[in-house]
Amino acid sequence: MTYEPVIGIETHVELTTASKMFCGCPVDFGAPPNTNVCPVCLGLPGALPVVNGRAVEYAMTIGLALNCTIAGRSVFSRKNYFYPDMPKNYQISQYEEPLCVDGYLDVETDGTASRVGITRVHMEEDTGKSTHVGVGGRIADASHSLIDFNRAGVPLMEVVSEPDIRSAEEARAFVAELRGAVLRLGVSDAKLEEGSMRFDANVSLRAVGAEPFGTKVEVKNMNSLRSLQRALEHEIERQAAILESGGEVLQETRHWDEEAGTTTGMRSKEEAFDYRYFDEPDLVPVEVDDEWRTRVAGALPELPAQARGRYLEMGLDATTAGLLSNDVEVGLVFEAAVATGADAQMVANWLTGEVTALLRREDTTLGATPIDGSVLAELSAMVTDGQLSASAAKDVLAGVLAGEGRPAEVAASRDLIQVSDAGELEPVIDGVLAENDEAVAKLKEGDEKVIGFLVGQVMRATGGKADPGLVNQIIKARVGGG
Amino acid sequence: MSDLADFTVTAAAAGLRSGDFSSVELLEAVHKRAAMTEANLHAYLTIDRDGAARGAVAADSALKKGTAHGPLHGIPVALKDNMVTRGLETTASSKILSGYLPPYDGTAVTRLREGGAVIFGKTNLDEFAMGSSTENSAYGPSRNPWDPERVPGGSSGGSAAAVAAGSALVGFGSDTGGSIRQPAALCGIVGMKPTYGLVSRYGLIAFASSLDQIGPLTRTVEDSVAALEVVGGHDPADSTSYPGAVPDYRSGLKSGVAGLRVGVVAELNGAGIDPAVQAAVDQTVAQLEEAGATIVELSLPSIEYALSAYYLIAPAECSANLARFDGVRYGLRRLGENVEEMMSNTRADGFGPEVTRRILLGTYALSAGYYDAFYGQAQRVRTLIIQDFQAAYQQADVLVSPTSPTTAFKLGDRTQDPLSMYLSDVCTIPSNMSGDPAISVPIGVDADGMPIGFQVMAPALGEPVMFRVAAEVERQAGFTVRARHASSEVVT
Repeated sequence: MTYEPVIGIETHVELTTASKMFCGCPVDFGAPPNTNVCPVCLGLPGALPVVNGRAVEYAMTIGLALNCTIAGRSVFSRKNYFYPDMPKNYQISQYEEPLCVDGYLDVETDGTASRVGITRVHMEEDTGKSTHVGVGGRIADASHSLIDFNRAGVPLMEVVSEPDIRSAEEARAFVAELRGAVLRLGVSDAKLEEGSMRFDANVSLRAVGAEPFGTKVEVKNMNSLRSLQRALEHEIERQAAILESGGEVLQETRHWDEEAGTTTGMRSKEEAFDYRYFDEPDLVPVEVDDEWRTRVAGALPELPAQARGRYLEMGLDATTAGLLSNDVEVGLVFEAAVATGADAQMVANWLTGEVTALLRREDTTLGATPIDGSVLAELSAMVTDGQLSASAAKDVLAGVLAGEGRPAEVAASRDLIQVSDAGELEPVIDGVLAENDEAVAKLKEGDEKVIGFLVGQVMRATGGKADPGLVNQIIKARVGGG
Repeated sequence: MSDLADFTVTAAAAGLRSGDFSSVELLEAVHKRAAMTEANLHAYLTIDRDGAARGAVAADSALKKGTAHGPLHGIPVALKDNMVTRGLETTASSKILSGYLPPYDGTAVTRLREGGAVIFGKTNLDEFAMGSSTENSAYGPSRNPWDPERVPGGSSGGSAAAVAAGSALVGFGSDTGGSIRQPAALCGIVGMKPTYGLVSRYGLIAFASSLDQIGPLTRTVEDSVAALEVVGGHDPADSTSYPGAVPDYRSGLKSGVAGLRVGVVAELNGAGIDPAVQAAVDQTVAQLEEAGATIVELSLPSIEYALSAYYLIAPAECSANLARFDGVRYGLRRLGENVEEMMSNTRADGFGPEVTRRILLGTYALSAGYYDAFYGQAQRVRTLIIQDFQAAYQQADVLVSPTSPTTAFKLGDRTQDPLSMYLSDVCTIPSNMSGDPAISVPIGVDADGMPIGFQVMAPALGEPVMFRVAAEVERQAGFTVRARHASSEVVT
């Protein structure tokens, strides 16, 4: 039998507000442990939460970008469970009345467009961070644990999708698109590896054409787009094998093991937590009036899909346009370069090629490098003017990234400026032609292929600095053939 | 001169301002009284000798400089030990917080300090404010100054006993289901629960967040006004804080009740009320009529269910509020094989039986499959109670009843039967459920010589009319008898 996967994704996003969700402590991930804490985020007796209006605005921004309805009135609830790094042993979250409902996100998977429904976007607070000290770094064999409460109370937003996703690739495309939107909106740094954006997936299988859903399994602990796709592919295979052999899928939560490439059971439905939600009596409902909603909607920046559309109109290919539109930082540098007259495809290629590779290698961000719009515009102009060859331009880029200076300085110090002066080139060309009678003869007979050889000889003679286009022209003029 | 410990706040403030005596002298008088009464009463868990001395010296210096401000300036104050005080042990009478030194002051405490009040000490309570007798304290019960064989009521029993005995001029407590008014009634003093949101809860160790409210225990209605003036008003740190301006409570105190409509609530008078208590209440109602009030008999049918609904909502909220006491960050820690066991051992050992009972009740009421029948139903009842009150306040300006169905009972009488203890709050719980203000004023004593309290309830933010009627009740009752422990009468 052929099965169809049914996938829904819950994504948690840490918001980069200046202060925490319910107190004034700074959101600052580099700080020494337990320095950004106060009675509220430590859950001290008597402390009370106060909603961070900016966090509400950030969540509204996401909701609007995901085409959601923003609730005029939303309510915080207490989600009760005991965990040592959760200061109050309940998490303030939204349950029955979330801030944003009924939206969608359009995604493209291998050229196929699909629309994934968004059930809800709600606000909540993060927990502290435990470090288990002992043999394996796992809680089971730790001698003791250390808790850092700097993260406790950091605003989190949870985006819950409808079970509209039908493949692991589509799931990956959905999360990538969502991440791009979050980055473009500037509400989170959305780092997957560091957990500022994390996701769980609900997966079930049903026979193709069947209406009812199968039994769903929740998969946790994927911390990259690749591991999301791998985990889902594995889980789909695992469930298909169970169904094929006539078995039944158990409703449970499973943990993705990146190294083993498998999922293992954590807890079954019977062991599922009863969170005993009830309305948070320490807070009043969040009221969003039309004026507030309109103001936030009016300030929405461009989203990845819109940027991608514009980039395609500029003549970029789909892959490059996609890469640029999902990373707002890179996208903005691209646009700045193009605005000052740079060649769009050339700059885009550098950004998605050499620059991205280097950022990955050095584990840094574009903002931390000397690369900006003006640098790329300058470099692009040098290529267009014939001062640099395409390959020399890449060398210059590497030099700029290495901190050697502006493109013109790097090109000069690395001696990469092309010779584009005919007067300077003609003697060299004449010399090459004189030494290659045979080739010149073939060219005269109309054999165009040899011109490449001759240009190559000139390039060698000039140490690669000759402008190959100009050399080509001069040779043709001299030989007169073709 | 009379013993300064017997002065009302108002009289003491006047004496301080006119230079008749100093805050240091006043503090000394209160220390002397406490030294005399504490062995019997155990009103205090902590007396802050050094902090109070510094406070009194600072208050005197401000008085000399003429920078004194606020009606409690230089006045020794008792705080219920569920109000967090920076650097001063705060236990909520629980073993689980033994030795806990909070790093901050609650908003009410900050306002008291800024207003020049002298924080004398922290008073005993039923653990986490759960109880009506102060017998549920991990540190031993407090006793009633009128008869140490009897309870002072609760949960703010320590503050009530201290104010009645003169070991504080004013006390503060918290009232979740009657925890200020009932002990005030049982100790023969004035106890007031403000409108929900009028006094910030920031720094009050939560029992049931939607019901808790800080309020004063005083010897007179005017003192109650003075205390509320200092601690009341909007606080941005409490999201449920009332945002508007604080009204003038004082101007109506001498206006009398002519022309006011006083509603006698059928469900809270008569059946289930001790006859001596009811007789005293009836007499006061008659006096109010005599003084020009119109008496209206009315019924609030849903408040028959207030007690049952309260014992679902309050435990449900407390089950979450008390989850933070787990041995991880502060207070008691009992080790175990793993972290779950550590938390479990800590809680099992740290909480007393009544707290444990309410956490279990509340956890059950919120559980999947039971939520709707218990917590959900209780919330619907609460809505009906609010509607009944709103309708009643169309017909009457204030509502009246006994504060407590009985006068103070003997220690141990009700500890074996939680339900009989819960019934102590049957008259006070409805105002917590509706969020409205209510005050208990002493009106007389029963055959055993134990005080009887009269409750005046008013609509939300109706403190001005509530105080106005309470002041008239006070005048009519002429209740200036002091507890047996104090030889003299209250000095007004």
